[in-house]
Amino acid sequence: MYQTNYHRASSVDEAAGLLKKADDGKFVSGGMTLIPAMKQRLAAPSDLIDLRHIKDLKGVKVSGKSVTIGAATTHAEVASNADLAKVCPAMCHLAAHIGDPHVRHMGTIGGSVANNDPAADYPAALLALDATVVTNQREIAAADFFTGLFETALNEDEIVTAISFNAPDKCGYAKFPNPASRYAMTGVFVASSGGGVKAAVTGAGDDGVFRSSEVESALSKSFDAAALDGVSVSAGSLMSDIHASADYRANLVVVMAKRAVAAANG
Amino acid sequence: MSEVSMVVNGREVSGAVEDRTLLVHFLRETLGLTGTHVGCDTSQCGACVVHLDGKAVKSCSVLAAQAAGSEVVTIEGLAPGADLHPVQAAFKENHGLQCGFCTPGMIMAAVDMINRHPGGLDEKTVRAELEGNICRCTGYHNIVKAILAASEAMAKSKKAA
Repeated sequence: MYQTNYHRASSVDEAAGLLKKADDGKFVSGGMTLIPAMKQRLAAPSDLIDLRHIKDLKGVKVSGKSVTIGAATTHAEVASNADLAKVCPAMCHLAAHIGDPHVRHMGTIGGSVANNDPAADYPAALLALDATVVTNQREIAAADFFTGLFETALNEDEIVTAISFNAPDKCGYAKFPNPASRYAMTGVFVASSGGGVKAAVTGAGDDGVFRSSEVESALSKSFDAAALDGVSVSAGSLMSDIHASADYRANLVVVMAKRAVAAANG
Repeated sequence: MSEVSMVVNGREVSGAVEDRTLLVHFLRETLGLTGTHVGCDTSQCGACVVHLDGKAVKSCSVLAAQAAGSEVVTIEGLAPGADLHPVQAAFKENHGLQCGFCTPGMIMAAVDMINRHPGGLDEKTVRAELEGNICRCTGYHNIVKAILAASEAMAKSKKAA
């Protein structure tokens, strides 16, 4: 790891100020991607501004169907939140299967969302749930937030402070984890509400998370796994790598969507 | 360089380290607590697992500075005295190790796992929960047996107490 200067912020404003003063600073939350990337010298920020100890960024609030998750809430805390489990158990299930138990104790939803790894789980949930990414500057709809591989709409000094969404009538998540890294080789989050069906796919798109119109139109007719029989998804904009071809991933989208719907229907 | 202070195994410690120092190197090199191992250095193997404020974390993926002000427990701090911790005893009893390199992390992960499952564990849960710990001898079978045995022994002693 190259040299860096560590700063611990106790408020969002202090964190934003510290970043402004830094040459080439970066915010760190749980650090479960950033620290390993720094060890490999894939990232070399001059300064690290630690958000993990900012109290305002922690915790899950559920009021009726309305859910707000503080950005510094860990995956383990999301997974085990009893109030969230009542209104949106798929979110708890998703969080419970990120990385491994030790990673889940450090990694946070805000960090994951801001990093926008194309194989991360949360982006699919946010897109399918029509969530809002709340920052220290504005509110951004998930559909506008994820702009490409590791790219988001965030400005340099913008900090994700919370994720908010309304729990849908039903939702479910299923992923096919890479057997070695356990990152999603394809993961599908489906959500059904009065307003229709949304299905978002992670781990498969060559430009990051996306909504599958094929899956959505089939499930709009009937929110049932059988509705996806015979449905095929175009491999045109899917990733091909050493783990799986685009065609293989296209098939996985349908298979994972079926499992996600089955989970949603309980 | 920054002065980093924390409580390790119940003892207040501090040291002047570079900000890029990983917690595992602070433990091993500054404090001389070499029970915590570095296995893969890529955050996968879990040989470096310690408890940070009561939760299992990979100390090779956390900066010492991030852990400043926290409480850390390492394999050296697990047993209160000369007697082994029940999880250590179960690993010995069930031969839950071959070369032993992954063992400190396995045991710290096991204690955390047992703490998070007060209702007890089954084999499937233990295997899933060991996702972040790799044994390159592939000695998982006896590790799982040891964790199940420790979980039962700890539940029994809780009931007795």
